[in-house]
Amino acid sequence: MEEFPLHYIPLLPLAGAAFCLLFGKRVGKTITTAVALCSVFGSGLLVASAVRLLHESPVPLTDTFFSATWISAGDLQLSAGLTLDRLSSVLCMIVTGIGFLIHVYASGYMAHDEGYTRFFGYLNLFMGAMLILVLGDSMPVTFVGWEGVGLCSYLLIGFWYDKEANANAGRKAFVVNRIGDFGFLLAMAYLFSLTGTLKYAELPSHLQTLGQTAWWGLPAAFFFGILVLVGATGKSAQIPLYVWLPDAMAGPTPVSALIHAATMVTAGVYVCVRLHVAFEIFPLTLAIIAIIGALTALFAATIGVLQRDFKKVLAYSTVSQLGFMFVGVGSAINTPTSVTSNYQGAIFHLMTHAFFKAGLFLGAGSVMHALSGEGDITRMGGLRKHLPHTHATFLLCCLAIAGIIPLSGFWSKDAILGGAHAAMWLPKGTGGAEVFFAHHLGLILYLILLATAACTAFYMFRLYFLAFWGEFRGTDEELHHIHESPASMTGVLWVLAIGAVGVGFLGIPDVVSSGGNHFGEWLLPVVREQAAEESAREFWTLAVIALGASAAGIGLAAALYLHGFSDQVRAMAAAFPSVYKFVYNKYYIDEFYNAVIVQPLRWISLGLWKVVDSFFIDGTVRLVGGLTLVVGKVVRYAQTGDVHHYVAGMLAGAALVFGLSVQLGGCHGYKFAEAASVATPRLQRMPRREHVTPDNVPLLPAVPGNGLIR
Amino acid sequence: MILPLITFLPLVGALLLMLIPREEESILRGTALFFTLATFVISLGLLPDFDGANFSHVIDWTWIEALGVHFHLGVDGISLWLVLLTTFLMPIVLFSTGTSITKKVREFAIAMLVLESGMIGTFLALDLFVFYVFWEIMLIPMYFIIGIWGGDRRVYASIKFVLYTMVGSLLMLVAIIYIYVRHHDASNTWTFDYFTLSRVVLSTREQMYCFLAFGLAFAIKVPLFPFHTWLPDAHVEAPTAGSVILAAVLLKFGTYGLLRFAMPFFPRAMVEMAPYLAIASVIGIVYGSLVAFAQTDIKKMIAYSSVAHLGFVVLGLSMWNAKAIDGAVYQMLAHGISTGGLFLAIGVIYERRHTRRLEEFGGLMAVMPRYTAVFMIITLASVGLPGLSGFVGEFLVLVGTFGAYKTWPHGGPIFYAHPKILAVVAATGVILSAVYMLYLFQKMFFGPLSNPRNRGLKDLSNRELAVFAPMLLMAFWLGLYPSTFLSAIDPAVRRTIAEFQHKVMIKVPEGEKARLMPEGGGPEPVKHKEELDDKF
Amino acid sequence: MIPVENFLVLAAVLFCIGGLGVVLRKNVLIILMSVELMLNAANLTLLAFARAHHDQHAHAFAFLVIAVAAAEAAVGLSIVVGIFRTRRTVQVDELTLMKH
Repeated sequence: MEEFPLHYIPLLPLAGAAFCLLFGKRVGKTITTAVALCSVFGSGLLVASAVRLLHESPVPLTDTFFSATWISAGDLQLSAGLTLDRLSSVLCMIVTGIGFLIHVYASGYMAHDEGYTRFFGYLNLFMGAMLILVLGDSMPVTFVGWEGVGLCSYLLIGFWYDKEANANAGRKAFVVNRIGDFGFLLAMAYLFSLTGTLKYAELPSHLQTLGQTAWWGLPAAFFFGILVLVGATGKSAQIPLYVWLPDAMAGPTPVSALIHAATMVTAGVYVCVRLHVAFEIFPLTLAIIAIIGALTALFAATIGVLQRDFKKVLAYSTVSQLGFMFVGVGSAINTPTSVTSNYQGAIFHLMTHAFFKAGLFLGAGSVMHALSGEGDITRMGGLRKHLPHTHATFLLCCLAIAGIIPLSGFWSKDAILGGAHAAMWLPKGTGGAEVFFAHHLGLILYLILLATAACTAFYMFRLYFLAFWGEFRGTDEELHHIHESPASMTGVLWVLAIGAVGVGFLGIPDVVSSGGNHFGEWLLPVVREQAAEESAREFWTLAVIALGASAAGIGLAAALYLHGFSDQVRAMAAAFPSVYKFVYNKYYIDEFYNAVIVQPLRWISLGLWKVVDSFFIDGTVRLVGGLTLVVGKVVRYAQTGDVHHYVAGMLAGAALVFGLSVQLGGCHGYKFAEAASVATPRLQRMPRREHVTPDNVPLLPAVPGNGLIR
Repeated sequence: MILPLITFLPLVGALLLMLIPREEESILRGTALFFTLATFVISLGLLPDFDGANFSHVIDWTWIEALGVHFHLGVDGISLWLVLLTTFLMPIVLFSTGTSITKKVREFAIAMLVLESGMIGTFLALDLFVFYVFWEIMLIPMYFIIGIWGGDRRVYASIKFVLYTMVGSLLMLVAIIYIYVRHHDASNTWTFDYFTLSRVVLSTREQMYCFLAFGLAFAIKVPLFPFHTWLPDAHVEAPTAGSVILAAVLLKFGTYGLLRFAMPFFPRAMVEMAPYLAIASVIGIVYGSLVAFAQTDIKKMIAYSSVAHLGFVVLGLSMWNAKAIDGAVYQMLAHGISTGGLFLAIGVIYERRHTRRLEEFGGLMAVMPRYTAVFMIITLASVGLPGLSGFVGEFLVLVGTFGAYKTWPHGGPIFYAHPKILAVVAATGVILSAVYMLYLFQKMFFGPLSNPRNRGLKDLSNRELAVFAPMLLMAFWLGLYPSTFLSAIDPAVRRTIAEFQHKVMIKVPEGEKARLMPEGGGPEPVKHKEELDDKF
Repeated sequence: MIPVENFLVLAAVLFCIGGLGVVLRKNVLIILMSVELMLNAANLTLLAFARAHHDQHAHAFAFLVIAVAAAEAAVGLSIVVGIFRTRRTVQVDELTLMKH
């Protein structure tokens, strides 16, 4: 374990955030920008120097700054340690690198916004939280960052708070994320109750415990995995918790690019890979991850096909691509000796996606910047002439996401498609119906992903053609205002576009060029490669099929949308109005959730308050009080006010008490009747005290004890 | 000597205030503030050379010899932070009332000081008689604070508060006297001493009755579902200062009492009743959150959220392991800071607008950015965001509950009360708290500034900011560096559990005299619930 | 020597007379005097037993009762005077303020 001052990596942006939020308004925009950018740049430099150390030897770096006890209660000992291994280093580089670029971009994009300093404060806060998430060496530390990024997402979605819709979107994001956090929190509790530790590094020594059967013949690892998965689906916007991400586009575009495309939403994938040893105990958990991922990918892609809001299309595309990553995480090959999964493909896709999706979002931002905030693609068109830089970079990113050779998306998407194709969740040679399913599930998922890839290519190029080709469909005045964005924005776009083209070459599979998979090698100390036996021929077969699917998607998009909405499109929409409406309205999932969860929750709340609380519980209390009052009203008539009646009552009461005590034998065994009858004989027995000399016996004998009570 | 000093210094202050003419309002306020501040500073003296596991700074004076009453005070890791919370909040609250309380300033200050004495005394008492006396003393000033300086329905609310509390505390008095007499039967000495009486072992049935009597008093104070309906009324009608103290400190007496008295005195009953306590607290978590969501009055919303938060505390206490109980004690502190802060914050807006109706607000962020930031941080502390006060307690309670014993004892247990299921249901409170708190936050601060009466609102003054600054500091401290607090809480909790585990093994047949557990522990302690079931 | 029973009977008779006086008479002054009579009946009982048991404690009680009686007479009479000043009557059946 090597020492490295890792704590500065998140602390720098956090300090920047504190400065921007507390003093930003006073010091002005220039200094705020400088502080925000420098803090991110500084932590980026630290990451770079740490990565250089990791390059030399894959031993994880640790940091003892936080490692004093953080929470110590009973047998729970938590230290807030940070660690950087090769997996988290990839995430760190993405977060600081793309984060820095987006900071630069935002300094241009947000230049005229009133909340400029607040924006940079939140953005830096996000960077800090995200880095804590990635660097945490145990689940609770990750959870700190996990909730922190959720908070920043909430703050930034609702950044323009005066619009009710933005605030609603932010709240929706936070609450849905909290459902995921609920899973993560319980996962921690469960893991601790099983193993007594929450550190990632100590997990491998507890696999035995995790493999023990818990309920219904399933191992504990399965339940743990499902709880983690709940957390991951919340953060990474997978079925059934994806609904918050499209709404999250209400935030400023740099936020969509940074948080809701490149970094935060991939946290679920990261955590799943981080905990991979627990998932491998019971590979069917991985199958569930893969199924969820594939379904989400296809589902979101089909919604994306008909959306009209520029950013909404990109949002659904993000959900869909995250589904790809989940399939990558879940594509396990189970042999009798080992379980391996395609984690490398997932993380590789995570990285390439970060580049091209950030590029796409920032391109969208540049377009909307040019059109004074207009985001409806039906009112765009022909922008290629007015926004040359934006157009070129957007095209490159589109080609990358569509998976065109040799751009980055091709390599990473192919890695995931190939992994899914090879996946085998039960060892070869075992029989039975469910085994048949487990053997062929990989093929099914592969086909789903292939369809999704075609879909992706189609809607991305639909977007591209509608925005940049054809004639401008807005008003003349809007046309007059169109201008290319400042250099701070286009420069960033070019950097990202170059990344979208180039980063794929880091992970060329070994079958294509021997030793070309630098990325896989880099991750090898953390996660093994998926143990697929793939030949170059197989690889190229799959690649050509995938390319064909993408080309088909692009071709269809060109045919239908090259010159704006073509007549065929209108004809199709008219021919199947119900299908069109159904898809356009996102399958009414939001409405469904609203009707099934949100509204019932309101009614239940209101019902509990009005009926249970106010009527039954408080009613019972008031009934008791009311009865007392009624009794008081009745008994009041006994109060005549005449002293004679009171005295008579008192005497009667005294007589009654006396009579009862005589009748019942008195209290404490003192018998009044007996006492009266023995009084006289006792008198005679007793010596007369007056005759005793005062020296021997005191006149008043001392009372023993300390008081009457005793 | 420090303990009687901090207990009676506020009372001395109250006496002094009686000598100052009622017209001298600024002198009155200053004097009261001075005494609370002095109490706080002196109470900080508890921290050095503090022995976490055992009682420190103990004083033991004979008070009423004939009855065996000793004026016996002591502080351990459980009560330490609660005492400090009290002394910490008191000056803040008094300072914040500078503009909100204008009628009968002298009486108000006196009531607050007497209340402080009562609260500190209750936390410190190691003699059941003294405990009961302080417990009742603190009721009286609170009654006046709600009843005189409260809102429109203040009389109703204050009477409800007092009657509710009295019902429980009278039963508790009966139970105290019962155990006092039973101890005399067994040992032939009269004493109310905490340590002596905590070694008395009653038969299981007697324990059940006494536990119910104690438990009712504490459950009402907590307040545990379904004994909570006094709380919304009391909170809504109380003035800001009253609400803050009520939420931040008074509610803790219920859970503190369960941990300090009910659990160690009646361990068998505690084991039998734990499932029911746990179920009630989990219902309270979900129910309180849901009902809070339906509220339109801001204060009522926070009041119901207290029901949910305190549900976590009782859940932790009923789980009988160090993590959960540590978490419960921690949650008490965190709730004191976050909910106290929320009530203070609501007081600020109430002073400006004289309404607490949620629909009156909206878009306040545009005119009150400082206030928004403060409110946001406290809100996040309340919903348990890691890094702020609320998280650690909830986390520990959940981890402790999830890892609690596999089954409940036979007889009481029902399937639904499996600790893991309880933990899952309780964890939904994490979601629900975000639902209602963010709803509240959005309705107040986001959206358009549509109500014209909100346009001219002034942001927090520096004076008000000074009120909130220490609260925010504590919210961050509790969230970021829990070791400060847990290092004192944990040893005391472990000691309590160890004694509990010794004592629960002693069984006294029905109808026999109570037994006295030998000093330094009884039979071999049990670690797991299953062992216990085997032995009985 | 006079047996203790004689004292007791006398005390009982005095007590009953006092009690009847309190219940039946309407003048506050006479009621007060009747109360005194009852107190003295109690005193007599105490002293009778003290004599019978050769125990001096009861004497202390008797003195206490006398002192209380004196105090009561003082307070009671001043209340009566107060009432008479405001209400111009000392007839108890006309003093029924407590009913309202």
